[in-house]
Amino acid sequence: MLVNELKKSLFVSLWFMFLTFPIMVIQVNTVENIIQWRWANLFFVGVGSFVLSALWRYLIRRKEQGIQETEVDGVARVTLSQRLLNNRRFTIPALFVVSILALAFPFVFSLYQTNIMITAMIYVLLGLGLNIVVGVAGLLDLGYAAFYCVGAYSYALLNYHFGFGFWSVLGIGAGLAALFGIILGFPVLRLRGDYLAIVTLGFGEIIRLIMENWNAFSFGPSGIANIPRPGFFGVEMNIEQVTIYVYFLMIGMSLFTIFVVNRLQDSRIGRAWIALREDEVACQAMGIDKRKTKLMAFALGATWAGFAGVIFAAKTTFINPASFTLWESINILCVVVLGGMGSIVGVIVGAFVLILLPEYLRFLSEYRILAFGAVLVVMMVFRPGGIVETVRRTYQYKETA
Amino acid sequence: MLSLADIHTYYGNIQALKGVSLEVEEGEIITLIGANGAGKTTTLMSISGIVPPRSGDVLFMGESISRVNPDKIVSMGISQVPEGRRIFPYLTVLENLDMGAFLRNDKDGVNSDLDYVFGLFPILAERRNQAGGTLSGGEQQMLAISRALMARPRLLLLDEPSLGLAPLIVKQIFEIIRKINIENNTTIFLVEQNANLALKVAHRGYVMENGRITLSDAADRLLTNEDVKKAYLGI
Repeated sequence: MLVNELKKSLFVSLWFMFLTFPIMVIQVNTVENIIQWRWANLFFVGVGSFVLSALWRYLIRRKEQGIQETEVDGVARVTLSQRLLNNRRFTIPALFVVSILALAFPFVFSLYQTNIMITAMIYVLLGLGLNIVVGVAGLLDLGYAAFYCVGAYSYALLNYHFGFGFWSVLGIGAGLAALFGIILGFPVLRLRGDYLAIVTLGFGEIIRLIMENWNAFSFGPSGIANIPRPGFFGVEMNIEQVTIYVYFLMIGMSLFTIFVVNRLQDSRIGRAWIALREDEVACQAMGIDKRKTKLMAFALGATWAGFAGVIFAAKTTFINPASFTLWESINILCVVVLGGMGSIVGVIVGAFVLILLPEYLRFLSEYRILAFGAVLVVMMVFRPGGIVETVRRTYQYKETA
Repeated sequence: MLSLADIHTYYGNIQALKGVSLEVEEGEIITLIGANGAGKTTTLMSISGIVPPRSGDVLFMGESISRVNPDKIVSMGISQVPEGRRIFPYLTVLENLDMGAFLRNDKDGVNSDLDYVFGLFPILAERRNQAGGTLSGGEQQMLAISRALMARPRLLLLDEPSLGLAPLIVKQIFEIIRKINIENNTTIFLVEQNANLALKVAHRGYVMENGRITLSDAADRLLTNEDVKKAYLGI
C-alpha cells in the first residue's frame, strides 16, 4: 500500500523533473557562450514534487476516509468549526473577546491598520449581500461590483451636483442599487447557471464602461475627487478622528447587516430562496412566485452593495471606474465561496481572510497573488464547503409525550 | 370543476398539445394515459401554469386560469406532484412538507395536515429529520404526494407516480391515492404510463396520442376496449 503510494509519487517527481528540465536545468550564458547545467535545480524539483505529491495524496485519502466513516455511522459529518459554533460555552466568550478587540482596535493600532479593517468590513457587507444571491438563492452573479459602483457613484454625483450629505445618500444609494438589481433581474429571470453568470458578467462590464466613457456624466476615468467624509452632527474632525468614526460606523453597519441577513434567511422569503436553489419547477408547483422571489434576491443582494458603495466613496473620498472591475466582482465572489456559501459566519471570516491576507502578505510582493491562488485551489479541493461550512438550521420535530 | 377547451401548448416552436379538451368533475379520479411524448405531462403543466397554453382556455371552478401565474393557481387549490418527484434534496422531510404549505398561514391547520400525511405514510414520520435526497425512490414519491397535499388542494395533479418504482410500492401508492380521494373528496387528475393500474383506480379515463385526445370513456370500459388493450395494456 505505502510502497505503491510512494511509487506513484516517484513517478510524479520523475515526470516533473523531465518536464521542467529545459527551463530549470539548462541555462544559456550568452556572455561566455556556454551552456550551464544547473543539476542542483533538478534535485530540488524532484524532491519538492515528490513531497508535495505524497502529501497531496495522503490528504485526499484522509478526506475520503472521513467520508466513508460518516457513511458507515449514518451521522452527518460535523466539522470542528461547526461544533465550536454550536457550543455556547465557546461562542459567548469568543463573542466577548471579539467585541472587546473590535472596540479597542482603532485606539491600539495605527491609522493604517484601522483603514485596512474598514476595507475588510466593507467586504463583509459586500460578501453578505452577494451571499443572498449566490449562497442562498443559488444565482451565480459575476457582475456584483456593478451595484457597488452604483452605490459609490450615487453618493459622489449627488453630492457633487446637489450637495447631498452622506446620511441621506446612504439610503438613496442603497435604493438605487436595489433598482439596478431589479433591472438586471428582469432579463435574467429565465436564465440559470452558466448563462446567468455570463449575462451578469456583461451587466457588470456595461455599468463600468458607461462610467468610464460617459465623461459628461461621470467624469470618466479621471473619477471624482473630494467626496466629503461622513459627518457627525456637524462636528469638525481631523483625519484620525474621522477614520475612527468611520470604523465604528462600519461596525454598526456590519452588525445591522448580520442581523437583517440572519432574519432574512429564517423568513418565508429565505425558505423560498433555498427552495429555488434546489428545484425551480418544484418551487413553482409549491406556489412560490418564481419571478418575485428571484427579483427579491437580486434587489436585496444589491442593496448591501449600494450601502457598501456609499461608504466606500465616503471613506476613500475619491472614486473612479477602476475600482469596480470584473476582478472586484470575482474578489467578492471569492469571499463568499472561500468563506462558505450560505454561512454568515463563513462569509465574515472569508472577508477578513481575503482582505487581510493579501495586505499582510505584501512582503511576498508580486508572489502574493500566486500564493493567494494556491491557497484558493487547496481550499477548494480539501474544503469545498468553505472555511466555515454552512449549518442549515433544520426544524426539529420533538415528540410530545 | 376543471375543463380544458381546445388547448394548444408549445415549447418554443415545437407544438406539444394540438387542441386538447377534457373535463374533470368534482370528486373524480381522472386518468390520462398515453405513450411517451404524447403530451400528458404538458397537459398537466398547462393546467398548473408552468407552461401556459398559447391558445384555448382552462377553466377551474368557472374561472379562466390559462393566463394566471403558477403561484396563484396553487392558491386557488390546484397542487401538482411533478414528474420525477422533484423533492428538495437538501431539505429535510419536514422542511419539504413545510414548503408544500408555503402559501398557508393557518398554523393549526398545517399541523393537523402534517399529522394526516404522517398517518398516510408512517415511514415519512420516521424519517422526518432526514434530508429528502437520502430517501429511497418510493419514499420520495410518498414525500412528493404528501408535499402536494400540504397545500390542501381541491384538485391534485399527479404526474406518473409509478415512475421507476417497484410493483409492490406502486400498488401501495395507488391505494393511498384512492384513499385520499375517498377521505378528503380530493379530485385527482392522474397521468400514467401504467395504464392497467391507472384505469383500475380511476373513474374515467382519457387516451392521448400525439398531442390530441383520441378516446374518452369510463375507466372500466376503457380497460375492455380492444384498441386500448392492444396499444397500452399489452394484451
